[in-house]
Amino acid sequence: MMLVAAAVAVLAAMALALARSLMGPTVFDKILAVNSFGTKTVLLIALLGAIAGRADYLDVALLYALINFIATVALMKYAEYGGMEANDEGEG
Amino acid sequence: MIWSEVVAAILLILGSALLVIGGVGLLRFPHFYSRLHAGGVIDTLAAGLFLAGLAFLFGPTLGSVKLGLIFVFLLFTSPTACHALARAAHVAGLREPTQAEEEQQWQK
Amino acid sequence: MKHSISLALFLAALWWVLSGFTKPLLLGLGVVSVLFTVLLARRMRVIDAESHPLHLTWGLIRYWVFLIKEIVLSNAQVVRLILSPSAKIAPHFVKVQTKQETDLGRTILANSITLTPGTVTVSIDAQDLLVHALTKETAQAVIEGQLDLRVPADAEQPT
Repeated sequence: MMLVAAAVAVLAAMALALARSLMGPTVFDKILAVNSFGTKTVLLIALLGAIAGRADYLDVALLYALINFIATVALMKYAEYGGMEANDEGEG
Repeated sequence: MIWSEVVAAILLILGSALLVIGGVGLLRFPHFYSRLHAGGVIDTLAAGLFLAGLAFLFGPTLGSVKLGLIFVFLLFTSPTACHALARAAHVAGLREPTQAEEEQQWQK
Repeated sequence: MKHSISLALFLAALWWVLSGFTKPLLLGLGVVSVLFTVLLARRMRVIDAESHPLHLTWGLIRYWVFLIKEIVLSNAQVVRLILSPSAKIAPHFVKVQTKQETDLGRTILANSITLTPGTVTVSIDAQDLLVHALTKETAQAVIEGQLDLRVPADAEQPT
């Protein structure tokens, strides 16, 4: 019961991050939101492991944390050197 | 209810509350650079409390060690990702709005 | 050599935590893969005092205890700012001089500043750190240099 409540809280926080990633306004806001969405996904997967009572889920969570980090850094490298422009209106 | 479950419940509630607060900050703060700080709350204390709560549920097993690994990994990667974001924005010339603009946006 | 041994021990611990196997055959395969990884790392010459700061072990543990306290305190500050209805946030950039002489020391400091919510290191140029702060109060901690003073001294490594 308590775990389900925690899952609902994580999902609510994910919805907030998703809203920010849809609203933007700059591409950096979106990537920040997606990064924090990924962190919450890691927590959600670990929580699902606790609900199911299986430690196997934690490997998935660890791997997801890795991929999330690499994705963010790769996107930032692209934004820095790939010729994307940042302005307050568009998505760059 | 055993004592470890009580501790786990307290930590999970605190962690979830901080997650939601971080999400609210992400929505509410007026500009990219200030939103970065709201993201920091989620990555450090919220994730830490949440994973600590789960570790109390798993008990002294390999699972708890893995949760610790996830936390240490987050502690190492989150400042790197955060810095990469800030630096890329800075290099791209994203500027900080002036004080007046800032307060105006905050009121909205 | 001591760096290679410590890397091997670390990898072996990691392998066992992630797999949890106890069968002799699988343990043997784990030992082989650990040794192979250490050999590769040695050939790539990525094992040195910088990637593996053994000389800082105790200093780092003491530093982490301080850092965790600092993270909790600044988290409380930022959470209060998010929740207060008429929060006065004043985001601004500050330039800070660091006392750190080595790359490793500067990296530890910059990462710690980013890890504490309310301050983010944007760029490093030799001894100058460009820090973005959420309010005057969060910037104060960086300007006073509490973290800078406590970063474990990295004397062994020649710059």
